[in-house]
Amino acid sequence: MKVGNVGAVRPAASAAVPSIPARFWQRVSFWVTLAVVALLGAVAIVSQRDTLREAMFTLLMFASLASSLNILLGYTGYVSFGHIVFFGLGGYSGFYFISKQGWSIYPSLIVGGLVASVIALLIGLSILRLRGAYFALATIGILEAARAFVANFGPFGGSTGLSINFSVYRQYGGPAQALWTSFYIMWVITFIVVIVSFYIKSSRFGLGLLSIREDEDAALVMGVNAPRWKTLAYVVSAFFPGVIGTLYFFKNGNVEPADAFRLQMSIETIVMVMLGGQGTVLGPILGAATYDRLRSYLLTSDLFKNLHLAVAGLALLLIVLFVPAGVVGWLRGRFAQLRRVLE
Amino acid sequence: MILQVQGVCKRFGGLQALTDVTFDMEEGQILGLIGPNGAGKTTLFNAVNGVYPPEVGKVVFRGQDITRWAPYKVAHLGMARTFQVVRPLNELTVRDNVIVGACYGREGHSRTAGAKVADAVLERVGLAERANQLAASLNVAQKKRLEMARALAAKPYLLLLDEVLAGLNPTEVARMLDTIRQIRAEGVTIFMIEHLMHAVMNLSDWVVVLDYGKVIAQGLPQQVSTDPHVVEAYLGDPRLAAELLAGG
Repeated sequence: MKVGNVGAVRPAASAAVPSIPARFWQRVSFWVTLAVVALLGAVAIVSQRDTLREAMFTLLMFASLASSLNILLGYTGYVSFGHIVFFGLGGYSGFYFISKQGWSIYPSLIVGGLVASVIALLIGLSILRLRGAYFALATIGILEAARAFVANFGPFGGSTGLSINFSVYRQYGGPAQALWTSFYIMWVITFIVVIVSFYIKSSRFGLGLLSIREDEDAALVMGVNAPRWKTLAYVVSAFFPGVIGTLYFFKNGNVEPADAFRLQMSIETIVMVMLGGQGTVLGPILGAATYDRLRSYLLTSDLFKNLHLAVAGLALLLIVLFVPAGVVGWLRGRFAQLRRVLE
Repeated sequence: MILQVQGVCKRFGGLQALTDVTFDMEEGQILGLIGPNGAGKTTLFNAVNGVYPPEVGKVVFRGQDITRWAPYKVAHLGMARTFQVVRPLNELTVRDNVIVGACYGREGHSRTAGAKVADAVLERVGLAERANQLAASLNVAQKKRLEMARALAAKPYLLLLDEVLAGLNPTEVARMLDTIRQIRAEGVTIFMIEHLMHAVMNLSDWVVVLDYGKVIAQGLPQQVSTDPHVVEAYLGDPRLAAELLAGG
């Protein structure tokens, strides 16, 4: 059973506590999700170990990427296989301002996100006319086209990409401290993505998106301006990958086309959303955490280190076949009471 | 006149689905649209509310030319419809289905205000107890009521009902007829496609008969049911012809 029943948070007549209003449970589920994100970040800070911080950076990064993809994939029902294009293009743009224009990281993050959104607006106006598999194929085409374009684009350094002088990190307290700063920023971004996801899902806009997912033609007849709302969903879901890309390449110190436009990363993000539960707020976070831990186990084991993508593919296949709603979605379908607590 | 359809033509490839369809609807009345299977009744609904824009002709709603408008714009102006084959938003709750109608219909409510409208409408159509269920879990009769609830939550001036009685048992039909009468009593104009002849003849103030995409007759129910063209059109379907000849 798929999920997305926003209003189901109201206690059913048979529930033990019928007097507690829906808003209370909605708030509970909101704080539960934020607590999960807080916990994931706190682990690294308490331990103060660099390896754990890097692991958690990656985890939070994928959690945010999965959550922003979820706005399009889970809420609106449009499968974007090439969503990482916004990570690449936004990241390149933000990085350009840091390395070539000497900007600080903070405004560059915003610029990275805005560039990704503007590009999404232009792309969306054309390809969001397509539905289903045609849309998914178009997004892959766009990813490849963007990679080819950037690899031949002079200001972005062509196929060798861009890099920053290490002296840039001095204003953040040196390279070591800059890594911690990047981690904190990533943590904050994850919080913001979760809050935005929540807000959208409980808004009028979000309900419009859900109705498009369920039946776009019926939604149009009911008065939902589907062309506008799905373009807006695409624009919002492209913003955060742009921000995250900028941060990621700032932390790495360089950016090159092969790194910025990895189809594999796009597919892994889809696996995370599907694993946790498309259309739920908590699902992509849990899916990202689970998949990311599994992946680091596979990458360090002798048997699986070359097979981790095959495992991802198999996982995706199994999820789609047997648990299309993902873990959180399955729990919500199976235990009606949980619908109140798990958004 | 709440709705004027003037010379509307619609073609699908080699099939002329509607030919020069012209009629007017007065505010507050129930207009019944009948005709044999494949006559173009649902196509006419689609041409009126913008799903299939007509190639020729004009559709005027409350004094505004809405020909070739997108369906969502037509909905905002105050025209709502139900689907012949029910189209619930399956993975949303019954309440959320109706909130979509309230939020995106004529009044364009906020989510919170929409929820209040939805609860009131669900109460009216008798689905209040099902509000928190997923729409997919309803039976056919309930899904028909859900279609109706969604359309009503939009607070339309004109309601297009596409065979809301089909597939219902006699008790359910009687309940639905009551609901339709109530809606009309509140001042909503109703344009309905219906195969159940006795229901059309009892409810309608005016009947339009479509055959092969053309209007072959229109008038008061009694006039239409004795019109030789209409009887002839229905002769392919002896049972319906008999019902017509019996006066509905």
